[in-house]
Amino acid sequence: MWQSDDRAYDGGMERRRLLLLAACGTAAGLFSGLFGVGGGTVIVPLLILWLGYGEREATGTSLAAIAIIAATAAVAHGAYGNLHVRDGLLIGLPAVAGVIAGTALQQRVRPEAVSVVFALLLVASAVDLVVR
Amino acid sequence: MVVEVVVIGVLAGMLAGMLGVGGGALFVPALVTVVGLSQVDAEATSLLAIVPVALVGAWRQHRYGNLRIREGVIVGALAVPGAVSGVALVNALPARAVELSFAGLQLYVAYRLLRAARRPAIGHAS
Repeated sequence: MWQSDDRAYDGGMERRRLLLLAACGTAAGLFSGLFGVGGGTVIVPLLILWLGYGEREATGTSLAAIAIIAATAAVAHGAYGNLHVRDGLLIGLPAVAGVIAGTALQQRVRPEAVSVVFALLLVASAVDLVVR
Repeated sequence: MVVEVVVIGVLAGMLAGMLGVGGGALFVPALVTVVGLSQVDAEATSLLAIVPVALVGAWRQHRYGNLRIREGVIVGALAVPGAVSGVALVNALPARAVELSFAGLQLYVAYRLLRAARRPAIGHAS
């Protein structure tokens, strides 16, 4: 089973973990604000590689962090007058149906497959940034 | 225009649920090419669209037992200064150098993930 949140840590371990979470959050926040994404491309691999998360657990926890990050960044953009609320709802509300389907589908595939698909997404995203 | 945006929205949401991302990687190009927003306006609007997706996705993953809520909230809360700085930067700077360096970082992370996926004992214990 997945490791639970409340397993015992000694103080040094807990502190190191908090520093890694802070580094992960700072990198994700910058990425999110700069590129208009949630920051999941930063959070998911770091939770797996640095913090020992399983693939599904990393993607679930990433979504919770993204909700906070995207809300903050959207408000900050709102202060610059960049928000188009109607267009945001037009694309975001259908995506809510998509995310329900996507999380259900994810429970039926092997966890390693999620890592491989994620790696491919990163390569595609990197190519997109270079050739833009 | 509406049909394309709705279809891309559903696909972006599926990607978000499968991979634990917000879907912005599809929202931003769709808002630029289909809706005709500027790059920065598309990024801002994408962030707004991500909020309900991430909330519902996190709720579903909680039901499936895949959410460590405490650490998720820690990451999100500690990301706030970075997010506000990123928004300020993208409104002030030419983004080309940042784009290229992030592309390099993404390729490196992809390489690390592919290596990790070949050793399935690491990272999860199912």
